[in-house]
Amino acid sequence: MIYHAIVFLPILGALIAGFLGRVIGARASEIITTLFVGIAAVLSWVAFVQVGFNGETTRIPVLRWVTSGELDVSWALRIDTLTAVMLVVVNSVSFLVHLYSIGYMHEDDSRPRFFAYLSMFTFAMLALVTSDNFLQLFFGWEGVGLASYLLIGFWYLKPEANAAAIKAFVVNRVGDFGFALGILGVFAVFGSIGFDAVFRAAPGVAGKPMEFLGQQWDTLTVLCLLLFLGAMGKSAQFLLHTWLPDAMEGPTPVSALIHAATMVTAGVFMVARLSPLFEWAPIALEVVTLVGAVTAFFAATVGLVQNDIKRVVAYSTCSQLGYMFVACGIGAYSAAIFHLFTHAFFKALLFLGAGSVIHAMHHEQDMRKMGGLASKVRITWIVMLIGTLSLTGVGIPHLIGFAGFHSKDAIIEAAFAAHTPGNYAFWLLVVAAFMTAFYSWRLMFMTFHGTTRADQETYAHAHESPWVMLVPLLLLALGAVAAGFAFKTVFIGDGYKEFWRASLFEGAGNHIRHAMHEIPGWVGWAPFVAMAAGFGLSYLYYIVAPWLPALTARIFRPLYLFLLNKWYFDELYDWLFVRPAFWLGRLFWKKGDGAIIDGLGPDNVAARVLWTTGRVVKLQTGYVYHYAFAMLVGVAIIVTAFMFHDIRALFSGVMR
Amino acid sequence: MDQLQAYWPLYPELALVIGAMALLMLGVFRPEGEREAEVIGWLAIGVLGLAAWFVLQQPAGTQQLFGGAFVVDAFARFMKVLTFAAAAVALLLSFDYLRQAKALKFEYPVLALLATAGMGMMISANDLIALYVGLELQSLALYVMAAMRRDDVRSSEAGLKYFVLGALSSGMLLYGASLIYGFTGSTSFTSIAAAAAQPGAGQNIGLIVGLVFLLVGIAFKVSAVPFHMWTPDVYEGAPTPVTAFFASAPKVAAMALFMRVALASFAGIKPQWQQVVTALAIASMALGAFAAIGQSNIKRLLAYSAIGNIGYALIGLAAGSPEGVRGVIIYLVIYIAMTLGAFACVLAMRRSDGMVEEIDSLSGLAQNNLGMATVLAILLFSLAGIPPLAGFFAKFYVFAAAVKEGMWALAIIGVLASVVGAYYYVRIVKIMFFDEPRERFASIQPKAGLVMGVMGLYILLYVVWPAPLVEAAGTAAKSLF
Repeated sequence: MIYHAIVFLPILGALIAGFLGRVIGARASEIITTLFVGIAAVLSWVAFVQVGFNGETTRIPVLRWVTSGELDVSWALRIDTLTAVMLVVVNSVSFLVHLYSIGYMHEDDSRPRFFAYLSMFTFAMLALVTSDNFLQLFFGWEGVGLASYLLIGFWYLKPEANAAAIKAFVVNRVGDFGFALGILGVFAVFGSIGFDAVFRAAPGVAGKPMEFLGQQWDTLTVLCLLLFLGAMGKSAQFLLHTWLPDAMEGPTPVSALIHAATMVTAGVFMVARLSPLFEWAPIALEVVTLVGAVTAFFAATVGLVQNDIKRVVAYSTCSQLGYMFVACGIGAYSAAIFHLFTHAFFKALLFLGAGSVIHAMHHEQDMRKMGGLASKVRITWIVMLIGTLSLTGVGIPHLIGFAGFHSKDAIIEAAFAAHTPGNYAFWLLVVAAFMTAFYSWRLMFMTFHGTTRADQETYAHAHESPWVMLVPLLLLALGAVAAGFAFKTVFIGDGYKEFWRASLFEGAGNHIRHAMHEIPGWVGWAPFVAMAAGFGLSYLYYIVAPWLPALTARIFRPLYLFLLNKWYFDELYDWLFVRPAFWLGRLFWKKGDGAIIDGLGPDNVAARVLWTTGRVVKLQTGYVYHYAFAMLVGVAIIVTAFMFHDIRALFSGVMR
Repeated sequence: MDQLQAYWPLYPELALVIGAMALLMLGVFRPEGEREAEVIGWLAIGVLGLAAWFVLQQPAGTQQLFGGAFVVDAFARFMKVLTFAAAAVALLLSFDYLRQAKALKFEYPVLALLATAGMGMMISANDLIALYVGLELQSLALYVMAAMRRDDVRSSEAGLKYFVLGALSSGMLLYGASLIYGFTGSTSFTSIAAAAAQPGAGQNIGLIVGLVFLLVGIAFKVSAVPFHMWTPDVYEGAPTPVTAFFASAPKVAAMALFMRVALASFAGIKPQWQQVVTALAIASMALGAFAAIGQSNIKRLLAYSAIGNIGYALIGLAAGSPEGVRGVIIYLVIYIAMTLGAFACVLAMRRSDGMVEEIDSLSGLAQNNLGMATVLAILLFSLAGIPPLAGFFAKFYVFAAAVKEGMWALAIIGVLASVVGAYYYVRIVKIMFFDEPRERFASIQPKAGLVMGVMGLYILLYVVWPAPLVEAAGTAAKSLF
């Protein structure tokens, strides 16, 4: 019952706010959706304790969903530790974002719609994390995609918002195509799409070949790579990342909930959930590691030079997702989920804090027009500081630190222990950690410190946000501080076995958890050094010598432009895919549909009909002798036809 | 008494004729006026009801009179009831309009009764001479009715055109009848049927030419292409209630005659007349569909609609099977309902300064008078043959009969023509519901409203309980074979 409530309360709230929003009013919609998600959040923590610490694992059937031939799919809630962790993340962040939105969106006219979408998203995400089979996973997957599309384009009068929404949807299509193929492949290979059945059968399939695109491949490698394609789209990994920064066109609470804390982590969750498959596909895992490491590095480089406060945080998200995938790829699923867990708190905090700044600055998002805000918005400054400390991983190695410190360092250490070729994963992550520190502090310094670059009036009117926005910030700050050391033991420490039990699978050859404790001492200090160096450099650039950034940009102008333009991915894709697609579309539209189908089909037929009508109507002259003539001609034709044999010949097609 | 009993089959026609005479006397010897004319009109409706009642009282089976020249069978009974009912409804629609046009004369119901008597005789005709007499009685009355409004140029023109062309067609019909008589030696359908059943009758060019001329005469009455030319002009020119009358009862009678001549007397040379009927059907469907698109006057549009619909009905006859005839009968019933309903709507297109007939004046009707717009939309959708309305089933039965006889091409041409036809029907719906509203119409008179409502409901609800009509039509059709 408790699980039913957790999953279905949000959709109930969404339906009420969505369909009755006009009737009950904006305030009632806000309260109902927030309250329902709040109840779900409290229950999630209860469930978390029950499942994580009291050892409860259940499968709750909801309904028999699809039955067609061999396919028999039931809707069931799969409750294990992995699910419970995700329930806590999703519902807690969602509740806080709901609460925050009451303040942030208070000037908007379509609040019921906004809250309905938020709650609908929450439901879809819950359906995703409680899924017991691939179809349910896909349902949640597409549901969050839809909600994301709707929320990015929430301000649908803004052309950029619409473009961003479409971009997010289309880029995700690419990933979802692979994902859907993967699911179909799973069904083709295993004859079932239930997790239990597939996981049971996975060892038997490992190493067997299958035919795909006319070639022989290793079955599980193909399936896992196809499924991972979906994860790449949803989690904005390298090559499919272009939609995430643009998605910042949506309202800031949306960015916090969907594009930082929950939806984008669905890919990580999926790989962890499917660990019993991935563990049998080492090549696929190597690809996951590579993609994750490259993303972590790439996104961090772009984050260095962005000026939009939300975009900086967005690239940071992209980069952190790369960390999680590296952890998955090297088999440290628990570290990945741990980072997902802590990241949800500090990244939501950073986004909502950024929202608070934007709110204070009257919707100004350009950091070049900020500065010196610390005294104006003191609480926001404090929580942002906590978020930054957490993100950059501040802490004393081998001892204690902020939430991000525990999870991120665990991943970096595991990456070293995994011994990737040339230790590329480790080094890329360390460099990324350095850059993360640099751009995070750059954000802090540019926004809150130094002399202001905002215009007089805006700066004078900058004000702290209301408590309805600050309370969520403070709660998230608590998580950003404490989520690390509080849960470290159970997530990746000694309590591992009792906590995760069967929800995460490790193959016989997976010793990463032991290996990561047997690393040289300097490895533990490497991220600390990177972090400290990043902070120092940032301090130098933006506090001590504010003229240095401009100088650097001038000296390394090509590199600067390369990074500023996000490695020119948008331009490349525009040239490679968008333009040809438009060209092809226009060709089919103008030439194919317009000229050929319409021209020869409907339009032509219609024109012929009108032409015929014009002729036929002219026959009706009004003169009696014409009419009589027509009659006589008619008789003459019929009689003549009979005399020259048979009308049958004339109408041979019509008669039998 | 015995003598009276013997004429039992003739009672419906007798009632009509005697009623017509009595009402004529009443009209002549009573002070003339609109009130009196309307009373006579109501009495005429009563007479039609009485005649229909007589028909319904007749025993099942076939009776013959006058040496077989007059036959009453299930087919005749069905068609007569339909004809009388259609005539009564058309009369009912006429009073208000004629009063408004200052043309409500007592002669009108009397002429309608006489025409209806002629139709009854056409339906029962089993002899070339009986056929001709019935046809002419009907036609002469109709010529006069078309020219009822002597002060109106268009009405007079319509009457004159109809008369001249009608005379021409009668001439052809008579010529055909004489040829048939010459080659078979008899005017009785029974004897002609026997002669036509002889081997080699199909190669008898004299008989066939006679048949062609005879069928042409009848095709004129049902306004099948290319003998349709009078229809749009007469429909437009004649006073609207007269048009409604033209469009309903005489069509039923003429189609009944067509079927009896083709099936009862020329069954032996069926392949020959099937070709003629097929040609007429195709030409009518095509022309009806195409020409209607170019019309801006709703009465002319309904005229072309009538031409097209006769084409569809003829498909059933071309099939030449009991199913086909049943299809034609059902088609006629549903078509009459649609036509009368549509004309009731046309009669409601009245503004303070008189009648309007332009289709454009229906613009935005849905906002001014949703009820009328809805009924008219139902009727038009039905005419276009859109399920689940009755018009769909009407077409379905005849197409199905044609397909069953292997006449695929004919059925396909019918479907294509109805696609073209759908355009002009649905266009009116679009005009009514989506265009800018025009000046309102005057409020609808109760009689027209009643007819509209009843016909609209019948068309809408036919799908719920089609069995009675289908069964009755099936019984009627069987008696022709």
